[in-house]
Amino acid sequence: MKYSIFSLASAALSGHKNWKPTWRNAAPKDRYDVVIIGGGGHGLATAWFLASEFGIRNIAVLEKGWIGSGNAGRNTTIIRSNYGLPGNTGFYELSMKLWETMEQDLNYNAMVSQRGVLNLYHSDAQRDAFARRGNTMRINGIDAELLDQAALRKMLPFLNFDNARFPVQGGLLQRRGGTARHDAVVWGYAHAASELGVDIIQNCEVTGFTRDTNGKVTGVETSRGKIGAGKVGMAVAGSSSRVAAMAGLRLPIESHVLQAFVSEAIKPLIPGVMTFGAGHFYVSQSDKGGLVFGGDIDGYNSYAQRGNLPVMEDVCEGGMALIPMIGRVRLLRQWGGIMDMSMDGSPIIDKSPVDGLYINAGWCYGGFKATPGSGFVFAHLLARDEAHKEAARFRLDRFQRGAMIDEKGQGGQPNLH
Amino acid sequence: MRIVCPFCGERELGEFTYLGDAKPQRPAPDAGEDAVYDYVYLRDNIAGVMGEHWYHGGGCRTWLKVTRNTLTHEISAVEPAAGAGAGQVVK
Repeated sequence: MKYSIFSLASAALSGHKNWKPTWRNAAPKDRYDVVIIGGGGHGLATAWFLASEFGIRNIAVLEKGWIGSGNAGRNTTIIRSNYGLPGNTGFYELSMKLWETMEQDLNYNAMVSQRGVLNLYHSDAQRDAFARRGNTMRINGIDAELLDQAALRKMLPFLNFDNARFPVQGGLLQRRGGTARHDAVVWGYAHAASELGVDIIQNCEVTGFTRDTNGKVTGVETSRGKIGAGKVGMAVAGSSSRVAAMAGLRLPIESHVLQAFVSEAIKPLIPGVMTFGAGHFYVSQSDKGGLVFGGDIDGYNSYAQRGNLPVMEDVCEGGMALIPMIGRVRLLRQWGGIMDMSMDGSPIIDKSPVDGLYINAGWCYGGFKATPGSGFVFAHLLARDEAHKEAARFRLDRFQRGAMIDEKGQGGQPNLH
Repeated sequence: MRIVCPFCGERELGEFTYLGDAKPQRPAPDAGEDAVYDYVYLRDNIAGVMGEHWYHGGGCRTWLKVTRNTLTHEISAVEPAAGAGAGQVVK
């Protein structure tokens, strides 16, 4: 169905009893042109772009749980395109532009709110690094503003500007960045893809690949039977190594747990998204009033979707160092999600060494903002067998070639990215 | 999650630093590029019981080999790992 003010009014007049499910809960067919493993944001966006932009309609998206049960519902909802390295800068801006038109494109309200993303700096050296990143963004046509302390004092008077160790000197602001309602993003892509005939198959866990005598992938074995496929794309960040292992591949990825937190609701305080530059702490405020925040990954391999207390303490200390007044706000809830931590902190979108299998992985803890861009370039790769120009550097073999995209400069130690 | 250090007893997680999977061994100097690539970048990324190296920086400053389940965080063994860390060269 098409959502509009008229559909809303008509449903309201009938007591909201006649809403239809927003996507079809399909049963698997024997064969599809493209099977996408993973019904998260990236998998569903890929299916929608394949159907709407690249003319492939015979598609299944296989989800082992239910739509929205994985990392799509476990992130801190931030969208931005403030990256400094070639490969990242253009790709994330492609994604940002797709965020700006997503709701009209999908006919779904994803509550995309361009309320600004502000990275604070606390030293002269950090200011210079941020100025350089801001200049890189502007050269590439992306908005960026370097603000000094006087400007920030007007915007955010409650910050701890005169902190003895980490005084707030200023910040790099991307006004077009902001937040989006994460559940609505997957629901919206599921809705729009389903309208174009994509089969969304939930509770369908992939247990293996079927291969022909040449080793080419011809389909998948699942908990709901065998499904044939012309091509198989995997978008299962968090579990990429497990799925790739079924095809005999080892990846330059470790799975780590990242925690996120929500406080009790308070009156409007934080106008946009803010990041502390001297520790790892980022915060925004949800429309319900809760402070949504996070920080570092826990730092050890985990598939458990829950974290431990030392990182919780560290994140809260970061918040207190920046905004002392939140010390009496109580934590409401906390959760963990499993991140594909790649060896250079950047994603992998590429054909795999196995014919017929395509990989979309390694999103570290930055996958949410990439959702539309990732879907678009992965659909491009699946449909045309060649990388989109903005994703041409996200190759699986870049580690072997020494062509890493290491935004943080940490080297091949995944828990430091 | 708490780790029972063989030297210090049961200590909270914040005292320890994680290195990663204990399985990769630094290849011999003449082993070739593929072996080095495999050692530096590729991981089994085990979902289940895994041997891993932790450093007890907040205590005895010893490298430990911890056997831990990555699905449940359950720790089944902790042993001293002196000389068994990333610096060891295969003989």
